[in-house]
Amino acid sequence: MNWLLVLLGGATGALLRYLTDRAVQARHDTVFPWGTFTVNVVGSLILGALAGAALSGAMGAGAQLLLGTGFCGALTTYSTFSYETLRLAGSGAAFLAATNVIASVIAGLGAVFVGITLAQAIVG
Amino acid sequence: MTEPVDPTVDLADARRRRRPRGARYGVPAVIAAGGAIGAGARYGAALLWPTATGSFPWTTLGVNASGCLLIGILMVTMTEATPVWVRPFFGTGVLGGYTTFSTYCVDIEHLVAQGRPALALVYLAATPVAALAAVTAGALATRRLLAMKRTRGTP
Repeated sequence: MNWLLVLLGGATGALLRYLTDRAVQARHDTVFPWGTFTVNVVGSLILGALAGAALSGAMGAGAQLLLGTGFCGALTTYSTFSYETLRLAGSGAAFLAATNVIASVIAGLGAVFVGITLAQAIVG
Repeated sequence: MTEPVDPTVDLADARRRRRPRGARYGVPAVIAAGGAIGAGARYGAALLWPTATGSFPWTTLGVNASGCLLIGILMVTMTEATPVWVRPFFGTGVLGGYTTFSTYCVDIEHLVAQGRPALALVYLAATPVAALAAVTAGALATRRLLAMKRTRGTP
């Protein structure tokens, strides 16, 4: 059952990442990987909210596996993020590559804190 | 340079524009299947090597670094002859589902909350360093191997 929840969440998360990335990338002309940036920040916000809800005891183990390990884990990605950074650096856009790493980490951490705070305000 | 620019979406990819029969549902289907496999592999790693509360998240770091190594290898091996489902399945699905950015961020917050700010800072820096080193090593090594194979093939 635990495995089923993770697999189901993983399938949904990966699919939503693909759809989001496609939608975001179609709406700008820059070389900056906004699509991956978006899913990573949104996924961090949701996982932060789940962590906040778990702290308040409002999250069951099953929901954590489905939404946290499965969905948020697969919605966000480190492999695509790294590869896009490598491509930016390789194409001479070293500044954008560095910006991608620093901005993603700062925005991701900020999203986690916002998510935890929001969840505790609502649930706690 | 024939390597694709983006593991997920490559609007300049002419092969995708041609939209082979079944691609409309086929691509999302292989991505979902790959995502389930990748997330399952990450969950399996977490069960095999659980991280104790307040300790360095080696498992997530290892998952992310190994996924980055593999995507470096995968993207360089892609050619015109590679079947269209390979990149969405392995790149977007399996490796995208296997690696995680959200857990990385939440792990940092947890370490800070557990009174380990120095460890959190080390982990914060070590993950992108390891990930970028891994993707670079994977891409460079594969590119060199393929070049060696090509030179050996031509008389």
